[in-house]
Amino acid sequence: MYLPHARGPLSTALVAVLGGRDLLDETALVREVELIPDDVDLLTDEDVQLTLWVLYELHYRGFEGVDDDWEWDPGLLQVRRALEDRLLAQLRFATAPWVQEALGAKGDVASRLFALTESVPGAPLSSYMQREATEEEFREYLVHKSVYHLKESDPQSFVLPRLQGRAKVALAELQYDEYGAGRPDQLHQALFAGGLDALGLSSEYGTYVDRVPAPTLAVTNVMNLFALRRSLAAASMGHLGAFEATSSEPCRKVAGGCRRLGLPDAVSVYFDEHVEADAVHEQLAFRDICGTMAAARPELVEDLFFGAAAYLVSESVAGQTMLDAWAEGRTSLREEPQPAVEERELETAVAS
Amino acid sequence: MTAAPAERRPVVVTACPDGPVLVRGADVVQDADGASHAVTRPVVAVCTCRRSGRMPWCDGTHKAVERAKRRKEQQGG
Repeated sequence: MYLPHARGPLSTALVAVLGGRDLLDETALVREVELIPDDVDLLTDEDVQLTLWVLYELHYRGFEGVDDDWEWDPGLLQVRRALEDRLLAQLRFATAPWVQEALGAKGDVASRLFALTESVPGAPLSSYMQREATEEEFREYLVHKSVYHLKESDPQSFVLPRLQGRAKVALAELQYDEYGAGRPDQLHQALFAGGLDALGLSSEYGTYVDRVPAPTLAVTNVMNLFALRRSLAAASMGHLGAFEATSSEPCRKVAGGCRRLGLPDAVSVYFDEHVEADAVHEQLAFRDICGTMAAARPELVEDLFFGAAAYLVSESVAGQTMLDAWAEGRTSLREEPQPAVEERELETAVAS
Repeated sequence: MTAAPAERRPVVVTACPDGPVLVRGADVVQDADGASHAVTRPVVAVCTCRRSGRMPWCDGTHKAVERAKRRKEQQGG
């Protein structure tokens, strides 16, 4: 994929550095991050979320024309760390009431995690997709989801070597299923790509990053923040469990929406698959992974709850942002970015 | 050296409180009507609340059943 278009000072500096047009001044960038006022909601901040998204993507497939070794550049890691610490502080604060409630509740950790997924309020996005969404809104929904689903389950693969025993085995079982259980055509990423293709949308990795707003990027950024930091492995697994535990019922509704709109089977097949798969995965994640981690190291329990609550909060903001846009009769996507000046000049030169 | 015949992995069934039973290592699950359903994933969740829309597999409906039960208790209590 190509580097996305910048959305503010941080991402402008980062894109210029990765594009080879500027030198990295990590001290200045870290200072800029530290100067972000405390009352800024980072989950909806376009510049912050795009900057994080680009930094995380260096760990996956990288960008056209960008040296892969930027992945481990100490200066960029310093900038990422500064952004992550700010985001972590906001997430810890926002989730504290539910984390405290879960810590004080009775029962085993798995049942408390399931209860937590019922108590954090979510946006009624799947009900809307089931009953009301227009075909155009449905296409937008898939565009938002493509940012994660085209690399579905990849972040959690980073956590596998950080788990032991039964928890590791359960995550491997879960991931094997996500990765098609030995059948390349059943790779969940490929199933989702098939749905995009069937609707004439692009299934090319990263195509729509420029079109989605901060809250959608934040969903994957929070996931990557937890998955890539070993010290947050428990948060990552709590996050995974909450994702899976709030998937079967919504996917059933979304699949119903596909049929209501008469969309091709290639679209609904992805959601149908997840109704069944995630009913298994939520049990594996909360009982075999989180339960085992909690039994082995009770000090991890708080982060298991934190990760779960952080997922629910970030997903709710992303979903509500879509619903608000549609309620006001406007698109939930960002405008197609205008080509940068030098690209325009190049196009004119080629055309003439 | 001849390879020993592959040992069949035992089928393991795990009950989840208020949820499905997880089955590992099975090839086929037979439903209440005697129909056979091939197992295509490493672990399957078999419905125990009998409300699933995708029998014999769990589709998460037990949570809606539990929610309705809790609401009723709250209203009744």
